[in-house]
Amino acid sequence: MHGPPDITRRHLLGGSLALLGAAATGCAIPMGLGSSQTRVKYWHFLGASDGIIMNKMVGAFAKDNPDIFVEENVLQWGEPFYTKVAMAGAGGRSPDLASFHLARLAGIGAGQILDPIDVKLLEEAGLRGADFSPPIWERAHLDGVLYAIPFDAHPMVEYYNTDICQKAGLLGPDGKLAPTNGVDELIARLTKAKDVMGGKPPLAFDALGLGTVGPWRVWYSLYPQSGGTLVSDDGTTVTIDDAKALEALRLMQRLGKEGLCDWRTDYGASVAKFTNGEAAFLWNGDWETTGLKERGTPFSMTRFPTVFGTGAAQADCHAFVLPHQRARDPEVERATYRFIAYLVKNSADWAVAGHVPAYLPALEEPDYLALQPQSEYRSVITEVALDPQVWFAGSASRMWIEFGEAFSPVIAGTRTPEEGLAAAKASLNRLMSAPNPFPEERS
Amino acid sequence: MTTTVAAPATAGPVAKAKVRRGWTQHGLLFVGPFLLIYLAFLVWPTILGFQMSLSSVNIAGGNNHFIGFDNYAEAFADPRMWRSLWNTLVFTVLSTIPLVLLGLVLALLVHNVRFVQWLWRLSFFGPFLLPSAVIAILWLQMIYPPDYGLLNGTLGTDILWLGDPSTAMWSIVLTTVWWTVGFNFLLYLAALQSIPTHLYEAADIDGASGWDKLRSITLPLLRRTTVLIVVLQLVASLKVFDQIYLMTGGGPQDATRPIIEYAYDVGFTGYRIGYASAVSYILFVLIVIVSLAQLRLFRKREEVAS
Repeated sequence: MHGPPDITRRHLLGGSLALLGAAATGCAIPMGLGSSQTRVKYWHFLGASDGIIMNKMVGAFAKDNPDIFVEENVLQWGEPFYTKVAMAGAGGRSPDLASFHLARLAGIGAGQILDPIDVKLLEEAGLRGADFSPPIWERAHLDGVLYAIPFDAHPMVEYYNTDICQKAGLLGPDGKLAPTNGVDELIARLTKAKDVMGGKPPLAFDALGLGTVGPWRVWYSLYPQSGGTLVSDDGTTVTIDDAKALEALRLMQRLGKEGLCDWRTDYGASVAKFTNGEAAFLWNGDWETTGLKERGTPFSMTRFPTVFGTGAAQADCHAFVLPHQRARDPEVERATYRFIAYLVKNSADWAVAGHVPAYLPALEEPDYLALQPQSEYRSVITEVALDPQVWFAGSASRMWIEFGEAFSPVIAGTRTPEEGLAAAKASLNRLMSAPNPFPEERS
Repeated sequence: MTTTVAAPATAGPVAKAKVRRGWTQHGLLFVGPFLLIYLAFLVWPTILGFQMSLSSVNIAGGNNHFIGFDNYAEAFADPRMWRSLWNTLVFTVLSTIPLVLLGLVLALLVHNVRFVQWLWRLSFFGPFLLPSAVIAILWLQMIYPPDYGLLNGTLGTDILWLGDPSTAMWSIVLTTVWWTVGFNFLLYLAALQSIPTHLYEAADIDGASGWDKLRSITLPLLRRTTVLIVVLQLVASLKVFDQIYLMTGGGPQDATRPIIEYAYDVGFTGYRIGYASAVSYILFVLIVIVSLAQLRLFRKREEVAS
């Protein structure tokens, strides 16, 4: 009789040990040729087309610098990213480099979670403060200490479908959308587009949905145009001008009520509608450019329309930070600065994603100026509306989410502008009265 | 199903005592490792968490100053804390009732329907096997979207299921019931199958109707299971977080944010761990009160019954 093959205990143990060994060698982190490479751990939240471009830039850097291995780690954008950076920095064993939003700088507890930037090393790598857009460079400091290296500004912009606008007679002789000035002109333009679209809403933006910040973005593009502010410079009092705030909210409600914008679209749906030619205009951040180009939508871009006086547009800036490490390896540190300098100096490649470079020499480069439509709205860089410097502001912050929640029903028409503003002010007051979790250490 | 009658003959009282003492000695040895883990990962964090709730500590462990009961005072004056606590209670009531009743009804159906039983069992229990993220994406992206979702498409309605504050909580409850009713169903089914058939046979001989048998045999014998299910369900519902966080993020207009999400929001995205701990302890006290009340309630009933 043939029984099952004999497996003795010794065989089994030996076999599993061999397997374990194989697994251990198989899973080792690729370090290139032995350990001759310096490894830079890089966390970022750049997904979709932004992510593809960043990945290409990391690849190009690797080709030029075979002695450095940049380990790219892509994490989900938004609240979870900032939780992870905070936890990593708190532990002191964090990545060597992380992407960041400048407006979040005031709220992260720089000095505890982030390490200051070594200006000497930065200069050694070839970057000087004078090369950056002054207001953005200024915002990278806290109490005079540099904590971030600015990369770009990504303002709200207006995407427009060139086919539909052509049909509606909205394009000038140069094939570009004629600029608008004032509420009436905006409404007239949208109405014309609506007519050629058979009565469908011509404008799409992120108006509702899970954690929506679209209503905040639109409102904070309109409201600052008339000179409105949120909080005082020292961050202690609410300075919202009710009349101006309501004017912007009433316009947003009117767009929904008169069928000029589709108030039922969430972020994904707004982009999908514009991509498929079901909307003539899209109000969004500049980061959808590459995706729209790839999918062949006939479109161009311009600055967010001027409605209440000046041409402000809500914006935040991508930047690089060094999360806190208990002990920083000087060799890795040098490699990190070299990598940052490479990215910043090649900002023109990054601008393909739609963002306006914060590095001034890049704005002059012919490569950048030739980018269409990415260079169309570069003038906005001087008029961007950045968040107030308070701890609860910045991309995907509690303030954005709570303002988005307060204003979304205003666009839908289920809340009056007055109620929406009251809810937003209540949120702002609550956030201001809550203690800052990272107070300045006075010791 | 077979029910084994497990009642081994007991030895005399002297022998019994001896055996028990022996077990206690060995028992400690066996329980020891568990006790250590229990102390390290449950008791100690509970004490530590309470200590944190009395401080202004942030997510980096900094700003760690003792501030007494300031966090609690702030929480009791915080309308969003009350709103989220209320949402948790509303969800608990709205979800527990259908989850218990529907579990019973489904179990009775499957127990009495004699063909392709495996199919019914699998269908009702299947969703429970899926992780919360899968459930959330399924309902969020395929069933509830107002313009192309399955539900509006089938019903011909035009409802913002998750986008309207008046329907959002009901939508979450519907999803939760579909997802988790299988567990209660399974407990009930097991209990039903362990009811001795001779009781029904005797009732048949006495000429009892189906309704009589259900009322006088089935339901009374399911009492212990019902107590268990209600206790488990209440605790599970009070702890609701996953599906709400994934499907609405607490919105619209705070209509669905449960208290655990509020603690998460102020702690992990607002970086205020001290305050988040205080909010968690408020929920902890609530759960203790509910559990004690339940114990008292069921004990009284038991005494009346016996």
